[in-house]
Amino acid sequence: MGKKNDREERGGTRRDFLKLAATGAAAVSMAAPQAAEALEFDLETFLQKHFRRMSDEELEALIQRLERKYEQKYGKEFNVKATGPVDDVLFGYGLDVSRCIGCRRCVHACVEENNQSRDPEIHWIRVLEFEREAVVRGVNLEEGDAYFENPVQPAPGKMYLPIACMHCEESPCTNVCPTGATWEEPDGIVAIDYDWCIGCRYCIAACPYGARHFNWSEPTLSAEEINPDIHIIGNKPRTKGVVEKCHWCMQRVRDGRYPACLEACPVGARKFGNMLDPESEIRYVMENKRTFVLKSELGTKPKFFYFF
Amino acid sequence: MDFLKFIRFSVKQIVFGSSTYYMWLAILLAFVLVGVSGYQQQLAHGHIVSNMRDPVPWGMFIGTYAFLVGVAAAAMALAVPGYVYHWKPIKEIVVLGEIIAICAVVMCILFVMADLGRPERFWHLLPVVGTPNLPTSMIGMNVMILNGYLVLNIVIVTYFLYCAFVGKPYNKFIFMSLMLFSIPAAISIHTTTAFIFNVLPSRPYWNSAILVPRFIASALCAGPALMVIAFQILRKTANINIREEALQKIAEMISIVLFVNLLLFFAEVITEFRSATAHTVHMQYYFRGIEGHVSLVSWAWTGALFNIIAFFLLLTPHLRQNTFLMNLGCVLVFVGVFIEKGIGLVLPGFTPGTLGEVYEYVPSLAEVMIGIGIAAVGILLFTVLSRVAIPLTFSEPYESGDDTRFENPRAVIREI
Repeated sequence: MGKKNDREERGGTRRDFLKLAATGAAAVSMAAPQAAEALEFDLETFLQKHFRRMSDEELEALIQRLERKYEQKYGKEFNVKATGPVDDVLFGYGLDVSRCIGCRRCVHACVEENNQSRDPEIHWIRVLEFEREAVVRGVNLEEGDAYFENPVQPAPGKMYLPIACMHCEESPCTNVCPTGATWEEPDGIVAIDYDWCIGCRYCIAACPYGARHFNWSEPTLSAEEINPDIHIIGNKPRTKGVVEKCHWCMQRVRDGRYPACLEACPVGARKFGNMLDPESEIRYVMENKRTFVLKSELGTKPKFFYFF
Repeated sequence: MDFLKFIRFSVKQIVFGSSTYYMWLAILLAFVLVGVSGYQQQLAHGHIVSNMRDPVPWGMFIGTYAFLVGVAAAAMALAVPGYVYHWKPIKEIVVLGEIIAICAVVMCILFVMADLGRPERFWHLLPVVGTPNLPTSMIGMNVMILNGYLVLNIVIVTYFLYCAFVGKPYNKFIFMSLMLFSIPAAISIHTTTAFIFNVLPSRPYWNSAILVPRFIASALCAGPALMVIAFQILRKTANINIREEALQKIAEMISIVLFVNLLLFFAEVITEFRSATAHTVHMQYYFRGIEGHVSLVSWAWTGALFNIIAFFLLLTPHLRQNTFLMNLGCVLVFVGVFIEKGIGLVLPGFTPGTLGEVYEYVPSLAEVMIGIGIAAVGILLFTVLSRVAIPLTFSEPYESGDDTRFENPRAVIREI
């Protein structure tokens, strides 16, 4: 083959290659939005910083963007918040095990308040049912049943133990998170940045209380069901592939309201407040009741106290 | 530029081959496509296409990952006799061991990526651009160390092959330092992988210090066992001279490490069952089943049995010297350790869950498809890398012969 031919040959291949590349690029540019949609991928979220690394301006811009995005998606007005912790506040939670009747109203109030997926259903609070006789020898969580169904609550001979995030002082979940996407806020709430979580589920493995839940598929949430009062690291709607859990209704408690589960409890078994305030209900519980925490032997130091 | 020539040679080696070679590549690519289609489902619908759920948040992906980290120890198992004790028959094949390690680590990384709920955010793990939680998070540590180990092995293999290609002896100091450094590096990848599991007090099944030496011991069984098989395949297909005594030595070494592995395992079982605390429930689930949930029981006993049979096959000299029995032993070890790590490590740790829920996990079709795809990627990578490595490391004449420099570069390596 002569030199000229050779060059033509190569030129031909290059032209072919360019043609191919152009077709390829066109195909990609057509397929990319579809793929992005399948992934629920948007560039702004992709490039978003860690929540704790955002400046006030960036946070304000994010709030604006999310409000626009959700209003467009759900067709109603949203109040997106990034309310920070209040000074001299350390939240604590108390639950009266002798009062709890296992009605699970807290579970459903939580789902409605915090925008959990309705299908597949995600419940942050799990209520375990125990035989009273079994509990005589101590509470062994393995003997609890989360799937009980009784005609009337409470069923005779049973006792109930609602379990959600314990907001541990020595939280195993925040320790194991490889990206620091979950951490303990100064007011004691263990929060998650849902836009930073990579979905490795190490925290689920580490949590001794089964408090963390993964979005195995895209959460389903209708416009009527969604609660538009949202906190970015609280009840903001999640996407598939990230972990979520109880955050003590950050969108409420930082504005001085009670968590939704507490308000829903028909027997007043739930107590919540600032542990640093000597006048608070939670301090009364801590000082005057017989309290215990679950799995104290693990050294997690929960801020969720059971009492009786 | 010699290096460019080396690259060109490598590409040529990979792209051109016999029709059998192309056929083999086509088969592997078909399996890769199976994996791609499984992963596509997962991207579209989320991990709901797997059978993992909140009570068992890790399944086949992480189990296989833990197993493959062990396979990556293959390199170390050869580097020690080859470069610490300078035993020639093994020195010749160290590079192939390093290649197996590269493939295993690449597969590990793919399994982790397949497991991530938001794979596009993997960069959050990286220093500078992301916010890695180091050294607190053991996954963070493991990702760093695993990638470091991958780079180290790529550097060693590339440098070695490049020197062989240009026909110059390698710089002994650089090469030996890298090679010796790869030994503690290999130990550290197993150690940090074991730490991922055993630092969790929430999961008593893993929360035992003995898990770390068990990881190293089982790694030094599975990796070399795979090599013994792979080397014999290469001996047939690539027509190269791997000495029988090298294989025998590896097999003997497996039997010794396997003994340590069995001992540690036995110690764990006795401690668990004789103390019979509430924490024994996981071991009980694995070996006996609880409340009629028995899906792992037959696996547990099969795995243990395979390891014990393999131990005797590889330990007894006249059994081991029979090629068939040696191969049987290696296959049994490989499968036995896969059951022990891939199934018996992760799943019983999660069953029953922290709140007592028993969810019996069996991988879904999509998971198996993705697993097959990743395995095919690993084998594909091994095929193409050994296509480059074999003509450069073994004395068989190089066929294409369009560059006179290739004619006898091997002599140099033999001398060193």
